[in-house]
Amino acid sequence: MTEKLITEKKLFACGHTACAGCGQSLGARLVLEAAGPNTIVTNATGCLEVFSTRYPESSWGVPWLHSLFENSAAIASGVESALKHLGKIDTIRVISQGGDGGTADIGLQALSGMMERGHDILYVCYDNEAYMNTGIQRSGLTPFDTNTTTSPAGKISSGNPLPKKNMVEICAAHRIPYAASSSVGFPLDVQSKVKKALSIRGPKYLHLHVPCPLGWRHPSNLTINIAKLAVETALFPMVEYEYGKLVSSRKLVTIKPVEEYLKPQGRFAHLFKDEKGKQEIAKIQQIANQNIEYYNLKATK
Amino acid sequence: MIKHLTSKPGSSLSNKTGSWRTEVKPKFLRKNCIGCKMCRLVCPEGCIFGDKKNTYGCDYQYCKGCGNCAVICPKKDIIMIPEGEKE
Amino acid sequence: MKEFIEGSYAIAKIIKLCKPGVISAYPITPQTHIVEGLAQIVADGELKSEFINVESEHSAASVVLGASAAGVRAYTATSSQGLLLMTEVLFNIAGMRLPLVLTCANRAISAPINIWNDHQDSVTVRDSGWIQLYAETVQEACDLHIQAYKITEDHNIQLPVMICIDGYLLTHCGEVVDMPSQGEVDKFLSPFSPLYKLDVANPITMGVLGDPDCYMETRYAIQETMKDVLKLIPKVAGDFEKAFGRLSGGLVEKYKTDDAEKILVAKGSLVGTLKDVVDDLRTKGVKIGVLKVVSHRPFPEDAIFDALKKAKYVGIVEKSISLGAYGPLYTDIKALFQGKKESPCINGFVIGLGGRDVTKESVKEIIDQISEFGPTNKFIGLKL
Repeated sequence: MTEKLITEKKLFACGHTACAGCGQSLGARLVLEAAGPNTIVTNATGCLEVFSTRYPESSWGVPWLHSLFENSAAIASGVESALKHLGKIDTIRVISQGGDGGTADIGLQALSGMMERGHDILYVCYDNEAYMNTGIQRSGLTPFDTNTTTSPAGKISSGNPLPKKNMVEICAAHRIPYAASSSVGFPLDVQSKVKKALSIRGPKYLHLHVPCPLGWRHPSNLTINIAKLAVETALFPMVEYEYGKLVSSRKLVTIKPVEEYLKPQGRFAHLFKDEKGKQEIAKIQQIANQNIEYYNLKATK
Repeated sequence: MIKHLTSKPGSSLSNKTGSWRTEVKPKFLRKNCIGCKMCRLVCPEGCIFGDKKNTYGCDYQYCKGCGNCAVICPKKDIIMIPEGEKE
Repeated sequence: MKEFIEGSYAIAKIIKLCKPGVISAYPITPQTHIVEGLAQIVADGELKSEFINVESEHSAASVVLGASAAGVRAYTATSSQGLLLMTEVLFNIAGMRLPLVLTCANRAISAPINIWNDHQDSVTVRDSGWIQLYAETVQEACDLHIQAYKITEDHNIQLPVMICIDGYLLTHCGEVVDMPSQGEVDKFLSPFSPLYKLDVANPITMGVLGDPDCYMETRYAIQETMKDVLKLIPKVAGDFEKAFGRLSGGLVEKYKTDDAEKILVAKGSLVGTLKDVVDDLRTKGVKIGVLKVVSHRPFPEDAIFDALKKAKYVGIVEKSISLGAYGPLYTDIKALFQGKKESPCINGFVIGLGGRDVTKESVKEIIDQISEFGPTNKFIGLKL
């Protein structure tokens, strides 16, 4: 074993109980490695909290605090305020994190408060597009037509009838210095965005797309590939906002049809059964097309 | 009486998740490796080590056998082999 | 130094003297004057503290949770719906054994919406693991806050303290208050040094998943600590008396109970009215007294037993009711006398809900009804 491995283990150690191929555990490790040891992390309730801190074991090599489902951003605000009072805010970074439900649904109010008050915190949302910890229920970030246990596909339903909430724009609308999206399909992009965010003072938001083999029903070895396909089909644009303005988006040379992303995932299997499914896929392609135009995703020659 | 449940860094190391593997595990061939580090970077367990070409390997005590390292390897230098076979 | 001051501003001044590094609150009547007072104190540079205006009471409680976990003394205040919105966080703070002080300006619970005083809010969260102390006067409210930091930050305790003060009746009441000096408070209250905190030099994981193998022990530990709190509260009150020259707080206060045949039991400012009535009746030779319960949690079983055991009749007078059952204090006191050789006849009365005036006449109505077969949860002063 090399020195580097030992350092890694100190920040986010092996032995956590995430499922094999978990995109969120990968995301958390990437974020923490990029942030380094001078970091305090607060965590919302959810898969990440459960699989990394079952007493008496913990995977965290940095000070880590979990309280409740919806208050990760609020307890982080308290930690940051305490560091300010102690005169330590210039030397210690604060990261607040949660899943899609803990961020976009139940935790949205606390997150908005954190951003509006200008706390020097990086908030990271690990978006696996449903309440996975409780058994794959629909969240505000579940994509259109996804089959979840509370938005099941059925005789008269093709899954979740509602669109995915745009969290990056919601955060950017707070005119915070930095709001961005990235994906574990692009680990170096994740780490460079974390480093960039942490170099900026004030509230920052990073939205990470993290596949869930269990909830998305894809083989565990396809986590990275599926994450890449979400970006390459323009269903998950990787973008950056500064003070409310879109400043960059990851350009795509060849934009793949959405079927390539949908097909390997069991949560979309119902769309590949009949003519109605084809029409639904056309609607999903429409969402991708809108993203291409809105975020100007096409690479110029 | 204070019963405050706090845990120490690295304490999860006592949980040997390698026992979860039922079917396959990665074998690092160390033949065509170019040292791109992608396998190490994408491992959800963080159990892959190595930093120069043909030095990579994984800690089988923790590897859950997800197979993302084998998929990402640009040189097909990591293969998934049946659990019973020798690495 | 003595000064005439409104209850809320008096508490704000006291909190300033306790020097919390983080204050967070969300406005709710009748708590507002306390946090407005503190905001002004911080704005005038008289207290070096981060004053965090949050978007809900849930976040107010969460901010002070985070601050305490990071090793800084913190403070929040709320009322009624705000306290209920905090409920989830309150249990969490106690379970994590984080030292904190919260002021609850006691107010009724909606519906119907009502901004006036009773004890339904704090009584609802009595099972949360917080120490709950009720103040009779503004002076006592002030003194209890200083004592609260001493108690919560004791390394053998590490349980949060809620100081319950009657909304309007105390928060908006002008009273002459003996305000201690900064030097006196500094001498009484050591700087905050928690048992454990978030520290990059010594990282720990706080707020873990506790499975069936370890959860129950955390609850047992709080229960055991509450016994230690029962010993510590009188000690802190004693130390306070030595340092500040007046007796304040403690577990209970006995008022003319030693030879009393009838004893009224109550919490908070209501006790003052009861004392007035008792004084009137004492001049007529009636053997009656009052037992003030300061600490509702932990429940001072032994102190209450000793104070009431020789009485013939006891009337528990409460500003709260567990709907469908009895007043919570009535239930607690009835339970402690179960199977005891010495046991008075215990009656229960509900009074003053939603700010209904508690008059001397209504107290006399209670006293008249106390008997061997008296009521268990009689509402007093109803307009039906």
